[in-house]
Amino acid sequence: MNIQEKNRIRKKVQGACVGIAGIGGLGSNAAVALARAGVGHLVLVDFDVVEEDNLDRQYYFHDQIGKLKSDALTETLHRINPSLDCITHQVKLERGSMEIPFKDVDVVLEGLDNAETKATFIEEILLKLPGKPLVAASGVAGYGKPDRISTLQMGNFYLCYDEKAKSSEEDVLIASHVALMANWEADLALRIILGEHHDH
Amino acid sequence: MTIEVNGRTVEWKNNETVTRLLKRIGYVFPLVFVKINDSVIPRKDFLHVTIPDKAVIKVIHMISGG
Repeated sequence: MNIQEKNRIRKKVQGACVGIAGIGGLGSNAAVALARAGVGHLVLVDFDVVEEDNLDRQYYFHDQIGKLKSDALTETLHRINPSLDCITHQVKLERGSMEIPFKDVDVVLEGLDNAETKATFIEEILLKLPGKPLVAASGVAGYGKPDRISTLQMGNFYLCYDEKAKSSEEDVLIASHVALMANWEADLALRIILGEHHDH
Repeated sequence: MTIEVNGRTVEWKNNETVTRLLKRIGYVFPLVFVKINDSVIPRKDFLHVTIPDKAVIKVIHMISGG
């Protein structure tokens, strides 16, 4: 690829803002991928603190146990890119106002855990912020069947989807599989930022 | 007089609501959202939105985990 094209891509990615709802397994891994890819602005929304049993799949470290996830992740992301602009909201996303932190982002990335919350969040973003690109994931539990994952696209809504997966109540959440889906989401966010027509 | 649900051809029934269609075709997942011909139907409207003939419907369920 020529230098001009590389610079064009770098500039576009650097100017983009991705809002992440929930920075557990999906959101924390997606944030790291986006930061490494050069996304310049992230909005992180999560009220939780890092716990020991998060470490099997979420992008946190043992010495961050007890810290707010938003603070811990910001710290990690700044180790990757010190000039990354990271805005954090320590709030629980509640039905009726879920879209508020995401009004000004270019792409919304869903990283929530519970199926009910996921469905409500997607519904609220699609209805209240029409036209806003949204990337979500469903079917994150399990392992060993990465080829079952596919992207379902409906307009500006992209779903990283394994419709045959069991829920996390019935199956395990494993680092490799969770990170796969998180990176899938991040990759879709980059596709949106760079435009579908991008020649690669 | 048919509709398409997740790529599968299903008989169309006059005045059938989203809730009734989901029940008829055995989609019992508690958490779904539905697009009919590209419009998102919020779950609160499943009880009264009816399915038009030849509709293309996507039923997507959310699975816990993240």
